[in-house]
Amino acid sequence: MKPFLLTGTLNRSATIFLAIVATAGVLLPALNLLTPDASALHVPTYLVSLFGKYVCYAILALSIDLIWGYCGILSLGHGAFFALGGYAMGMYLMRQIGTRGVYADPVLPDFMVFLNWKSLPWYWHGFDMFWFAALMVVLVPGLLAFCFGWLAFRSRVTGVYFSIITQAMTYALLLAFFRNDFGFGGNNGLTDFKDILGFNVQADGTRAALFAASCVALAASFLICRAVVDSKLGKVLVAIRDAESRTRFLGYRVESYKLFVFTLSACIAGVAGALYVPQVGIINPSEFAPANSIEAVIWVAVGGRGTLIGAALGAVVVNYAKTVFTSGPLAPYWLFLLGALFVLVTLLMPKGLLGTWHAWYGRRKPAPTAGATPSDETEFAGEIAKPHMAE
Amino acid sequence: MTMPDGRKTSAMLYLDGVHVSFDGFHAINNLSLTVAPGEMRAIIGPNGAGKTTMMDIITGKTRPDQGDVLFDGRTDLTKLDEAEIAELGIGRKFQKPTVFESQSVEDNLLLSLREDRGVRAALFRQRNPDDTDRIDRVLETIRLQGVRHQLAGSLSHGQKQWLEIGMLLAQDPKLLLVDEPVAGMTDVETHQTAELLKEINRDKTVVVVEHDMTFVRELGVKVTCLHEGTVLAEGSIDQVSENERVIEVYLGR
Repeated sequence: MKPFLLTGTLNRSATIFLAIVATAGVLLPALNLLTPDASALHVPTYLVSLFGKYVCYAILALSIDLIWGYCGILSLGHGAFFALGGYAMGMYLMRQIGTRGVYADPVLPDFMVFLNWKSLPWYWHGFDMFWFAALMVVLVPGLLAFCFGWLAFRSRVTGVYFSIITQAMTYALLLAFFRNDFGFGGNNGLTDFKDILGFNVQADGTRAALFAASCVALAASFLICRAVVDSKLGKVLVAIRDAESRTRFLGYRVESYKLFVFTLSACIAGVAGALYVPQVGIINPSEFAPANSIEAVIWVAVGGRGTLIGAALGAVVVNYAKTVFTSGPLAPYWLFLLGALFVLVTLLMPKGLLGTWHAWYGRRKPAPTAGATPSDETEFAGEIAKPHMAE
Repeated sequence: MTMPDGRKTSAMLYLDGVHVSFDGFHAINNLSLTVAPGEMRAIIGPNGAGKTTMMDIITGKTRPDQGDVLFDGRTDLTKLDEAEIAELGIGRKFQKPTVFESQSVEDNLLLSLREDRGVRAALFRQRNPDDTDRIDRVLETIRLQGVRHQLAGSLSHGQKQWLEIGMLLAQDPKLLLVDEPVAGMTDVETHQTAELLKEINRDKTVVVVEHDMTFVRELGVKVTCLHEGTVLAEGSIDQVSENERVIEVYLGR
C-alpha cells in the first residue's frame, strides 16, 4: 500500500470524486422530482432511497478506511456506531409521531404504551428537538468510541485482539437493544416514522432532500478524512500502522493518536447511520449484528483500503451487487458470493479495485512520476463511479 | 551521594543493581553500568547476555524488578514510559532496521524532528522552510541526500540502518542507543557506519551494542562485555578481548 505515493494523483481524484458526488446529489433528485413518471429519464422514488442507502454505506466505509487503511486499526464493530447514530435519529423521528400513533399518546411512543410505561424514560428527553438529536447522533457513538478506545489503546490491545473485542462490543449492544425493558423498542426497533423537520418522510420531496443531504454528508466526511490523512497527523497514523513501536520510541503517544482517529471515525459512522434511518424507515437491533460490521469491512477491502475513495466506491459497488443478486433467483447464494468476493479480492487484488487500477495504470504508463497527474484520470473515475450515478 | 545541583551522579546514564526476570529467567542480574556524558560505549556479549533487555529497560519498554536507572544524573527512567523517555532525549535504534517503509525518506525524518508530539500539534502543523534545513543537515550526516524522495521501503538494508540512525539524530537526543547497527552490512558499509557513529559522538553520548568485533575495534572506545545479565569485563577492546572469562564465554567459541 502506498497511499502517499499516490498523493499527487489522489488530489485530482479527490476533485473528481467530489464532482461526481455533487452531480449525483443534484441530478438524481432533479430527475425524480422534475420529470413526469412516464419519461424515460424519470428516476422512481424507491431508487432515490436505495441510492441514498448506498451513500450512507459509503460514509460508513470512509470511516472504517480512516482507521483501518491509515492506522491499521481493524474494527469489526463499526456497525455499532452506525446503529447508535441511527437510533438517535430514530428516537427523534419517534417523538415526531405524537398523537398519530396507534395509541395516540401525545408523548409516549407506541411501544412504551404497549409495555404499560407511564412516563418517558430520562434518556428519551430532549429527542423531540432536532438539534438535540443531531448532537446525540455524533456524541453518543463518539463517547462510546472514546471510552472503549481509551481502555483498549491504553492497555495496548492491538491487532486481532482488538478486532475480537469490537465484535463483542457490537454483539453486546445487539443483545441489549433486543430487550424490551432497555427502552428502544426491543426487537421491533423504531419504525412507522411520520415527519422529519415537519416534512413527511414518505414524500418524494423529502426523500430527494434526504438523498441530497446524504451526498453532502459524504462529501463533508470525505473532506474531513482527507484533511486528517494529508496532515502530519496522517503521516503519524501511517507510521503507527507500519511500525508502531518505532513511532512510540520517537516519542509519539500512540494511544492518543489512535483514540483521536477512532473517535472521529465513530462520529462519522454515527452520521451515516442517522441519514440511513429516515431513508429505510426503520432501525432495529439487527443493525448491531456482527455480520453487518464485517460486511462493511469487506466493502473497504474490495474498494481498496488506504484510499478513502476506494472505500466509498467499494461500498456502492458491493451493495449494488447485493441488490441485484438478492432480488434475483441467486438470492440464497449471496452470502457465498460475498465470501468468495472477499477471498478473491484478498488473494488477487490485495489493494482492492482502486489500488489495483492504479498499479495497472502505473505499469502501462511509461515512467510515471509521483508528482505528475495522469490526464486520463477523469475517464477512469467516471467509469468506475458509473453505477453510483446512472443506474 | 548527592551533587551540588541535585544530580545524584555525573553520569549521562547510570544503572545500579538492576534485576529483571521473566517467568523465573534472570535476564538481567545485578547489572551496574555507568556511561559518562559525551562518551561512546560499545556493549558486546553472547546471545542472551541481556543486551537488548538492557536497552528495553533504559527506553521504558521493560520495567526492572529492582535497581536504579538514572538519566542525566537526576531522571529516574524506571518511572517513565517510552514516549516520555524519548522526549527526554534518548533515541533508540532497533536491531532490525525499522523505518516507515511506505513513506518517503524525507517524511521519515520529518516525523522524527524534535517538536511537540501532541495530536493537536500534528493535526494543524504546516511545513516550513526550517524543516527543510533541519532535514538537509541530517541527510548530509547520514549521506542519503540522493534518495530524499524515495520510499524508505525501497532503500537497501544498509541505507535503512542509516536512515534509522538519521531519525534518531533528527530527534536531537542527548543519548543514542544503537542496537547492532552493522548487522547484515558489507565491509564498506560497516566502515562508513563506524565513521558516522564517531561523527555523531562528537556532540552526543552513544551506546552501541554490536557483535562485529572488527567494527568494535574500529570504533576504538571503551568496551563492556555482558554475560548472563551482568557485566563480565570492562575496559579497552584489547583488555577485554584478553580477559580469560570473556574468551571462555564469548570470543573463544
